[in-house]
Amino acid sequence: MSLWEYANPQKFMQTSQAVLPAIWGLTALSMVVGLVWGFFLTPEAENFGSTVKIIYLHVPAAMMAINAWVMMLVASLIWLIRRHHVSALAARAAAPVGLTMTLIALATGAIWGQPMWGTYWAWDPRLTSFLILFLFYLGYIALWEAIENPDAAADLTSVLCIVGSVFAVLSRYAVNFWNQGLHQGATLSLDKQENIANVFWLPLLVCLGAFILLFVALVLERTRTEIRVRRIKALIARERMA
Amino acid sequence: MIPDLGKYAGAVLSSYAITLVLLAALIGLSLWRAARVRRQLDEVEARRTRDD
Repeated sequence: MSLWEYANPQKFMQTSQAVLPAIWGLTALSMVVGLVWGFFLTPEAENFGSTVKIIYLHVPAAMMAINAWVMMLVASLIWLIRRHHVSALAARAAAPVGLTMTLIALATGAIWGQPMWGTYWAWDPRLTSFLILFLFYLGYIALWEAIENPDAAADLTSVLCIVGSVFAVLSRYAVNFWNQGLHQGATLSLDKQENIANVFWLPLLVCLGAFILLFVALVLERTRTEIRVRRIKALIARERMA
Repeated sequence: MIPDLGKYAGAVLSSYAITLVLLAALIGLSLWRAARVRRQLDEVEARRTRDD
């Protein structure tokens, strides 16, 4: 069986219908466990006090903001190279999810920044590249809405997605590239010395899983809706021609 | 029930409130649109079957 079978809308609808209830169930379970564990059952951190509890929202949201764009990039490339409509629609479906994740990361980061850095906002490399990523999400969604022809819209948004990928990468590695600004380095690291303590790391890992599952559930659900919208348009066009 | 968040209570609670509201809105709107589009498609397909 090939992965490309899922480029067939009918196959995609069948498979996604079968797996969606389980993904929604796992999402709800992991979200409740992760957030309850992080909020109620973890201690304060030495340097950050109770604001450490914000990482259970901020880090997964920031991770998904970047990875949603990466997923859109892969789907856009598939569209440009192989012209599979489902991949273009999946990229479109992922954009509002990525936009919301970026907004959550920006908002929780700003709220955390005020007590820790003494300011809600600074033109720091990572913060600035994240803000630009947010604007790219808005532009990407607006471009899809603005173009009537679906294939032309998919082509142009794919190109925009490739251009915006520079900022998705910068959002992730800005701290390493410039080694300046207020934002600290990675919260999670394979290096034991750099990584946060287990007491925070384990619930954070559950929250990361929950946000990934939520992203998958929402993208599948929204892609199914986009496929149905296409079908409605095709049927109405056929009616008018008859 | 709520842990003592000390002087950062406002920051922590507002972060959770904003996140939960945004996620609930995203999920709610996605599911609402999914249901609306499914209904529309059912109507169009029913009309097509009737006309055939």
